[in-house]
Amino acid sequence: MSVKEWFRMVHLLDIPEEGEPIERYNILRRNMIILMIVVTLFPLILMASVNYHQYQAALKDEIVNPLRVLVNKTKHSFELFLAERLSAVSFIASAYSFEQLADENTLNRIFRVMRREFGGFVDLGLIDSRGIQVSYVGPYDLKGKNYAEQSWFHEVQVRGSYISDVFMGYRKFPHIVMAIQHRTETGLTWILRATVDTEKFDDLIASMGLDPGSDAFLLNRNGVFQTPSKLYGGVLESFPLPMPPVTYEANVIEQKNARGDSIFLAYTYFVHPAYSLVVVKPQTAVLKSWYTLKSELFFLFLISVLIIFSVVFKLTDILVRRMRDCDLKREAAFREMQHTHKLSSIGRLAAGVAHEINNPLAIINEKAGLMKDLIEYTPAFPENQKFLAQVNAILQSVQRCRSITHRLLGFARRMEVQIEVLDVNEVIKETLTFLEKEALYRNIEVRLQLVDDLPRIASDRGQLQQVFLNLLNNAVAAVEDGGLITVTTWERDLDTIAVSVQDNGCGMSEETLKHLFEPFFTTKQGRGTGLGLAITYGIVKKLGGDIDVKSKEGQGTTMTAYLPKKPRE
Amino acid sequence: MKQWKVLLVDDEEEFVSTLAERLALRGIQAGVATSGEEALRAMEAEPPEVVVLDLMMPGLSGLEVLQRIKRRRPQTQVILLTGHGSTRDGIEGMRLGALDYLMKPLKIEELLEKIHEAVSSPGET
Repeated sequence: MSVKEWFRMVHLLDIPEEGEPIERYNILRRNMIILMIVVTLFPLILMASVNYHQYQAALKDEIVNPLRVLVNKTKHSFELFLAERLSAVSFIASAYSFEQLADENTLNRIFRVMRREFGGFVDLGLIDSRGIQVSYVGPYDLKGKNYAEQSWFHEVQVRGSYISDVFMGYRKFPHIVMAIQHRTETGLTWILRATVDTEKFDDLIASMGLDPGSDAFLLNRNGVFQTPSKLYGGVLESFPLPMPPVTYEANVIEQKNARGDSIFLAYTYFVHPAYSLVVVKPQTAVLKSWYTLKSELFFLFLISVLIIFSVVFKLTDILVRRMRDCDLKREAAFREMQHTHKLSSIGRLAAGVAHEINNPLAIINEKAGLMKDLIEYTPAFPENQKFLAQVNAILQSVQRCRSITHRLLGFARRMEVQIEVLDVNEVIKETLTFLEKEALYRNIEVRLQLVDDLPRIASDRGQLQQVFLNLLNNAVAAVEDGGLITVTTWERDLDTIAVSVQDNGCGMSEETLKHLFEPFFTTKQGRGTGLGLAITYGIVKKLGGDIDVKSKEGQGTTMTAYLPKKPRE
Repeated sequence: MKQWKVLLVDDEEEFVSTLAERLALRGIQAGVATSGEEALRAMEAEPPEVVVLDLMMPGLSGLEVLQRIKRRRPQTQVILLTGHGSTRDGIEGMRLGALDYLMKPLKIEELLEKIHEAVSSPGET
């Protein structure tokens, strides 16, 4: 499945337009978080793993290469040592005749010189072509011994020289045997055989200067120790691990030892004799710096991930919240606009109707008035009182219609936004008429404490009315039947007047107070739009004023609107 | 009681004729006109002291008629009638020299009062 299809499948790129608002924003938040985390973590993980492997490879090279060099160098030392000894034996075989070497005195002298000059020689013997020891100098009595059946005898006859594996010889010290076959011009052959102790091997291995955890030793082709190992066994014991593949170049392989620890096995095979030099280095020690680096890398990675997560979550939260707020505000503004638009349409309609009705009403008024005049100006006639009563009834009805049309026109006039100089007290009284019926019905007392010499302010009548109406509506909704609402006006300072609406109703909790002016926040579940106070607040702010709320649960609420005397520039 | 000449101007013929009759009963001689043009012609023939003028009329509007009256005979007092709730036209009319404005339907007492006021304080000359 391609990434694209996967994205489509989980709808990560969809920004849901439908559905429950809360769920919608949750989906949006989830999608943004997932996307941002994927986008940021993917390269981070990639980089971390690439780095991890590169560092590992680099470090390994750094460890492996010196090992390889060391193994090569030591191999050469071994080869040099053996070649030196072998050529010494070879030189003696060439320099002296069979007869000289067969003489034990001569052989003894030669042996002493060899020991002095080279060291490590334990014995020296001459063997004739039939395999019989002709002469011997050394700690054993080997004169006359027949070697004809031994494999090394055959090998030296074939190859001309021979170096044996290590064996436990004189005084239980490990030794090796080297033998050289010499052939004279006359075709006579004999073999010079010397035993060399391998103390020098240990010196060569010690000179490698390995750290205590590491081990180095010689093995023969069958995996038998030629030199003692610190960890894997003594001389002539078997190497517990399988022999590495044959190579005459230094090589390093990784494997597990018998305890299951990872080790580096650096080794090389000798061409002749058939030894191999092996260096074992535990990886734990070798890779200590790597583990430190690894844990540092991991730590860094973890911190980065944590930072990314916290930033992503925080950022997404802020973004989604901002989006939601914007959406809500836009919706509120849209509704308010619709509301205003509706009201102004109603206003225009009302004005038109009122005006159209006023003209015929004026005619009715004049006609009835004339009838009344005629009744009054002519002498009494039968039933004239009754006529007068009818005409008065008509005139009264006309007056009622007149007050209705005038109120309609007044309502329409309020829809037009216009600043005029007005008396706030008067506006309050006018607004109260809208609520008189409900107050009366519910037996709510509305107490007016309007200061007489309240300065007139320049403001918008319709909008002020809406503000007062909303404040009063809330007060009426808050009080019980028979409650008390007090409306107070006063001059606050040189520039502002104040109008407060106080009720002795249910009051508000801290939580409600906090959200009071937010759009769509309502306590009138199912009955309110949650817009009333938001609009009120908006209007008051627009008019350059402010609203202050004091409320105690169970004791009532006081809402005070501060209005500037002059509209904001 | 002195006989004042009053001209009633409104596009509703029934309204002005009835009103004229009522004023006559109260001793005020009132002429009628059902349009701005007619009113201006009537004024040429017989200049009234007070004109009661409706603001909303087809043809010449009340405010235009008011301006012409004030231009030709500034001493004529004009009382405006409005069927519209807006006080703006009324205030505009007063700025142009009208004495006052009344809302339709009228109360006859208010009109009489204004006419009395008009004749006792003649317009600027």
